[in-house]
Amino acid sequence: MARIDVNHVRHSYLPNPQKDADFALREVHHTFEDGGAYALLGPSGCGKTTLLNIISGLLHPSHGQLLFNGRDVTNLSTQERNIAQVFQFPVIYDTMTVYDNLAFPLRNRGVPEADVDRKVRETLEMIDLASWARKKARGLTADQKQKISLGRGLVRSDVNAILFDEPLTVIDPHMKWVLRSQLKQLHRRFGYTMVYVTHDQTEALTFADQVVVMYDGGIVQIGTPAELFERPRHTFVGYFIGSPGMNVMPVAIDGRTATLGSQRIELPGAPKADSGAIELGIRPEYVRLGRDGMAVSISKVEDVGRHKVVRAKLEGRDIAAVIGEDETVPAEPKVRFDPAGINIYADSWRVEMGA
Amino acid sequence: MDKTWNNKAWFLVLPVLVLVAFTAVVPLMTVVNYSVQDTFGNNVFTWAGTEWFEELLSSSRFWEAMVRNLIFSFIILAIEVPLGIFIALNMPKKGWGVPVCLVLMSLPLLIPWNVVGTIWQVFGRNDIGLLGYYLNAIGIDYNYVQDPFDAWVTIIVMDVWHWTSLVVLLCYAGLVSIPDAFYQAAKIDGASRWAVFRYIQLPKMQRVLLIAVLLRFMDSFMIYTEPFVVTGGGPGNSTTFLSIDLVKTALGQFDLGPAAAMSLVYFLIILLLSWVFYTVMTNYDAER
Ligand SMILES: Nc1ncnc2c1ncn2[C@@H]1O[C@H](COP(=O)(O)OP(=O)(O)O)[C@@H](O)[C@H]1O
Ligand SMILES: [Mg+2]
Repeated sequence: MARIDVNHVRHSYLPNPQKDADFALREVHHTFEDGGAYALLGPSGCGKTTLLNIISGLLHPSHGQLLFNGRDVTNLSTQERNIAQVFQFPVIYDTMTVYDNLAFPLRNRGVPEADVDRKVRETLEMIDLASWARKKARGLTADQKQKISLGRGLVRSDVNAILFDEPLTVIDPHMKWVLRSQLKQLHRRFGYTMVYVTHDQTEALTFADQVVVMYDGGIVQIGTPAELFERPRHTFVGYFIGSPGMNVMPVAIDGRTATLGSQRIELPGAPKADSGAIELGIRPEYVRLGRDGMAVSISKVEDVGRHKVVRAKLEGRDIAAVIGEDETVPAEPKVRFDPAGINIYADSWRVEMGA
Repeated sequence: MDKTWNNKAWFLVLPVLVLVAFTAVVPLMTVVNYSVQDTFGNNVFTWAGTEWFEELLSSSRFWEAMVRNLIFSFIILAIEVPLGIFIALNMPKKGWGVPVCLVLMSLPLLIPWNVVGTIWQVFGRNDIGLLGYYLNAIGIDYNYVQDPFDAWVTIIVMDVWHWTSLVVLLCYAGLVSIPDAFYQAAKIDGASRWAVFRYIQLPKMQRVLLIAVLLRFMDSFMIYTEPFVVTGGGPGNSTTFLSIDLVKTALGQFDLGPAAAMSLVYFLIILLLSWVFYTVMTNYDAER
């Protein structure tokens, strides 16, 4: 187990990268603490897999440095880094049995056969394939194969970190839930450093202590699920996390007042934003629908189970609000913004509000 | 079943049936016909029964050619398959090297067989051949016209030069179909180069290898043109393989009956051995 420092890492798949857009990873500078459970969350193509492959040594970064427990490993091979990684699509050795598949990473490292047997049996239990041990891996279904891939990642106990690259994509929802809780349990029991890549926010929020949100080749925010929800550092995080995402609207600021069209909104403080495009962000959960405030016209009410999502127009802009399941929409609907949920953004980045 | 039988479909198959009949079945039946008769020319045939078959199977000349042929096939398989795999493994997987290698590999396959024979026949000659002349010049006593061993070496080297590319191309096709993720997983799992070959590359190549072995076996078992051009079956009978023997019998001596019997036996042997190869390799596959 190790602390992993990713120091100013940039990576391009092109031989001669010139401009920023040539880089799949623009700049990542972050420390994964020893024993932490991290989720790497971001849309497809934002560089999650690239970052993971750089950590495991499958890729060598164009710029920057990688430290494991303070030791420079930038030029070490995957083998020497001693990392486990599970890929998005199942990789199995299909001429081997399920048992031998799991034993493979251990045997390659010369682990004594008695330990191999113990570890493999443990892992087989965990991924619920114990009764398949002697079967050839070839005939298995896609999700069984993926469980084997997962098992090969979990079977080694001495690894520096375990990296998961969207490992549950092909697994059915129930099994997904089971496996995810097992991963969490495993993390609590052995304290591995784990990095879990996903583009599914629920998965990220349930797995991790710390969620790292990536966007367009860079990290935009790192925080606990609650921080990401309450204080998105970038409007992208606001959109991407939460369902529905944050309402973001352009406003003009004057002291502690924001002006949206003909409406004036009191802010909890005076934002320190003097330039750039100013936007106000508020999550639908903080938009209060009632009889006073700013007039809106309702376009749709969606019942999504535990609550309702109200789609409305405020000053000609789409806005969403969340109301309780039993609440109803008043006849002349108006909205108020709860000051606790208001964030102000300048050029998409959040700015602090003074008193 | 309430399927309606529609015999019109046969009309669609008919052209192929006719084609196969004329190109395969009819000639084969003609051969069967010859093999049980005797002729003294003038289109006069007399019934000979199994006489030719008995004579053939008890002739040492036939068995010697057969053994020579089996040894030949075995040697070229033992060289071409591992060599082909080795070359395929070391060919570039991307970049400008790929088309260059593919073209180089295809070249020997594009040359007509008798031309291949002629190339090596000249190449190996002691007086004007590049190979033969310089081998002798550096003191190696090489003469494929007189020395049976040299004749064999020449023919084997020629076949390896001519046909290894086929194995290479087939294996290469199998190799490039392996997704990158497999190699990445192998790195993560700490697999050695050998383990990567044994557990990732070889299983992927297994099917194409089966085809390569079958093709090379059948082809080498039927080899005619190249050794005929280079050595003419000599020196003595040392490079007389089954088909050369067959042509000598049929055309050289115009013994149609024995030649037909020989063709049939020859055909059955190839059929049998191919079936054995196929069964062994597919069963092995299924067991694993
Ligand atoms: N092998 C590669 N060669 C060239 N470009 C690549 C390669 N792999 C990924 N990319 C590019 O790098 C960017 C990041 O990809 P990736 O790390 O796979 O994203 P993610 O895993 O977040 O979906 C994408 O724009 C993708 O097109
Ligand atoms: Mg990815």
